[in-house]
Amino acid sequence: MRRELLKFLFFAVLILAAPLVFSGGYLMNVLVFVGINTMLAVALNLLLGYAGQISLGHAGFFGIGAYLSGILTATYGWNAWLAMPLAALVVGTLAGLIGFPILKLKGHYLAMATLGLGIIIYIVFNETVDLTGGPSGLSGIPNLSIGSLVFDNDFKNYYLIWTFGLAVVLFCVNLAGSRVGRALRAVNDSEVAARVMGVNARILKVQVFALSAVISSLAGSLYAHTMTFVSPASFGFNFSVELLTMVVIGGLGSVYGSFLGAALLTLLPELLRGAQDYDIIIYGGLLMSMVMFMPGGLVRGLPELFRRVARRREGAGNA
Amino acid sequence: MLEVSGITRIFGGVTALDDVSFTIGQGSVTGVIGPNGAGKTTLFNIITGIYNRTSGSVKLGGKDITGLPPERLARLGMVRTFQNIELFGAMTVLENVMVGLHTKSSSGLLACSLMMPWSIAEERRIREAAMHWLEFTGITGLADDTAGNLSFGKGRLLEIARALAVEPRIILMDEPAAGLNSQETLGLAQLIGKIRGMGITVVLVEHDMELVMDVCDRIVVLNLGKKLAEGTPREIQENAEVIAAYLGDG
Amino acid sequence: MKGNSLPMKGREFLRKKRTPMQLEQILQYSFSGLSTGAIYALIGIGFSIIFNATGIINFAQGEFVMLGGMLTLFFLELLQLPLWAAVPCAVAVSALAGILFERLAIRPLRQPTPINLVIITIAGSILIRGLAMLLWGKDTHAIPPFSGDEPISIAGATILPQHIWILAITVLIIAVNKFFFYHTISGKAMRACSYNRRAASLVGIDVRRMVLLSFIISSVLGSLAGIIVAPLTMTAYDVGIMLGLKGFCAAIIGGMSSGMATVVGGLILGVLESLGAGLISSGYKDAIAFIILLLILFIRPQGLFGKAESERV
Repeated sequence: MRRELLKFLFFAVLILAAPLVFSGGYLMNVLVFVGINTMLAVALNLLLGYAGQISLGHAGFFGIGAYLSGILTATYGWNAWLAMPLAALVVGTLAGLIGFPILKLKGHYLAMATLGLGIIIYIVFNETVDLTGGPSGLSGIPNLSIGSLVFDNDFKNYYLIWTFGLAVVLFCVNLAGSRVGRALRAVNDSEVAARVMGVNARILKVQVFALSAVISSLAGSLYAHTMTFVSPASFGFNFSVELLTMVVIGGLGSVYGSFLGAALLTLLPELLRGAQDYDIIIYGGLLMSMVMFMPGGLVRGLPELFRRVARRREGAGNA
Repeated sequence: MLEVSGITRIFGGVTALDDVSFTIGQGSVTGVIGPNGAGKTTLFNIITGIYNRTSGSVKLGGKDITGLPPERLARLGMVRTFQNIELFGAMTVLENVMVGLHTKSSSGLLACSLMMPWSIAEERRIREAAMHWLEFTGITGLADDTAGNLSFGKGRLLEIARALAVEPRIILMDEPAAGLNSQETLGLAQLIGKIRGMGITVVLVEHDMELVMDVCDRIVVLNLGKKLAEGTPREIQENAEVIAAYLGDG
Repeated sequence: MKGNSLPMKGREFLRKKRTPMQLEQILQYSFSGLSTGAIYALIGIGFSIIFNATGIINFAQGEFVMLGGMLTLFFLELLQLPLWAAVPCAVAVSALAGILFERLAIRPLRQPTPINLVIITIAGSILIRGLAMLLWGKDTHAIPPFSGDEPISIAGATILPQHIWILAITVLIIAVNKFFFYHTISGKAMRACSYNRRAASLVGIDVRRMVLLSFIISSVLGSLAGIIVAPLTMTAYDVGIMLGLKGFCAAIIGGMSSGMATVVGGLILGVLESLGAGLISSGYKDAIAFIILLLILFIRPQGLFGKAESERV
């Protein structure tokens, strides 16, 4: 437990110190999105990596959070700090309600059902033009502020987003190492044995589904307030797949792996700016090769790779 | 202690269990035997809430538990092991047993995530109790190994340790000696003795006759879904019908 | 202005909207619903065949539909082949893609857990879509109808010749499909696999060959569906997602059957969608399929016509 705490402190220092190195310029803006995507990937990983339940609809929960915050503040003039928890509450309730029937499904069926849910949400974003502005989006969402401090540039937003980001990471690290996290992994390994041990698999799965949706909604609210503009295109099926890719690349069941996956997939398109049309192929290729050659993700695959290379070097040195 | 009455189970026209009834006394060790296809595992699955029955009822300590799901049964003190061992393969041996203490702890999702002091204290208690059960079954040395890498024999011991961690009143073991060598089987017999010594009722489905005759107080014989006989090991050994059923089975 | 069917169809619809003849409208929507439903049915059968042979839901199924349309276009326009030659070429290349997909993505998978299979087929679908985009660009293309676009009037509703093509080809495919599964050795072997894979392999059926065969048949069915629908709906590198999902919905209504139940599922879905779009709101048209999908999965996961299973765990 103490080791987990040290790991987290190291991570937190790294994150908080990053702007000293990268300060200014476009990169800061990208790092803000790394923060948002980290929250989303960690949330999805709780569900997929720990509980073993796939969701291809998380972009929908992310979107509802963003739109609720956006509409309540921009259209109805609510205080953003009030809209955010309300959005999370609505999303959590929705996920909890739909969680009961949807999590009865397993494997491929669950994947298809969550995918369907995500698409329905996406269609609603597009069609409720009066509320959401439809395909052309919703603008004029205010930045978050505390007193006279308005989070209106990348530097301020970085610390805002990562305050939440680090809290989410710590929250999930704690959960993973706890009695509840163990029960989740048990359900993932053998649901029937977990139930025989007294774990109420059904309720637990729904709880985690709702928690995961709430974190996604929170990330959505933060996204809306940093972008000040949202449109349905950000919350479609493709983004759900992108989130899935982050989690798989980083490593199922590893919180820091999700950070790694989120960072990689957020930075990648920026590095490949000249070849924008290729990014879809790169996602597909990455996803496929990870599942084939590094099913444990980067967090497990990279150390393994280093060990192997080191061993080979050693062998060459001895010869 | 455990009262099984009139359990019938029909799978798409095939009667797997036909009006099976028997009673098991507190603190006893009971064996359920029978040729292949007699319906032993189906019976276990119905008692432990994995399958639905077609008709009949099950009572535990006088309380009707018919059709309750396994997670409810665990809280009522009934736990089981599986023929093909159902471990949490990706977790360590110690963590496996810690899951067994799920019903003996209560920190919720939020308390765990926010690292409340009481949940930290509880976690320490869980770890200590789990270590005790590893010691009890003699696999303390494997605590940090990955459960999925254990040998079949050690895996069986872990499964029993995990089941004991639930602190059950009754434990049902589905072919605990399957896949064990003769030395391991001997160890298992001793372990069953120790478990009974704690006042826990034991029921086992078993093919290993030597083990059954050695550890059981009473034996229930099933054949083709029906109860064929019931009695002490000696009575069963001398029962002509039972002998015929086994010989007929080849 | 011949050869441009869309404005003409638009005018027809406008004229119909003004008349109070509700029944006529319903008939009109049902006709077009049936033909899209037939497409969904073909795609759904493709899903079911792979599912029954392997237990996999192939998320890349829709991409073969896209390949059918895009490849036909490619052979028609770039290689200047006549339609009767372009179609078999397109189907053959799609089948090849199906083989490659099974060989390169599915078979080598070291840990074929359901989650990994979902992920790998999604990855495959993204790759195929991406390659199509690189090869043919992002534009939407039209394929000329098989035999003109002079509307035919039936009982007050008008249908296009392509609708008839779709229905006729679907019936033909379903008949061939039925013949294959019930009267050929390979077909019977595949059915055996779907009942019990282990038992099938014990009696000497090469299960891995059957898996490959199921991918071939599904990609052929998918690409055919994509070819016959392309003249009506146009085609682009990304049409596979929606068509694939709706095909899956048809298969779910049919209880993952590779026979009539899925065909009926597809037709129900097509007609409901068409009526919903026409009478309620066209914007929510796509949502109808997914609401049906969720309802069926929640309430009758065994499909509309299947029998419930009694096992609890």
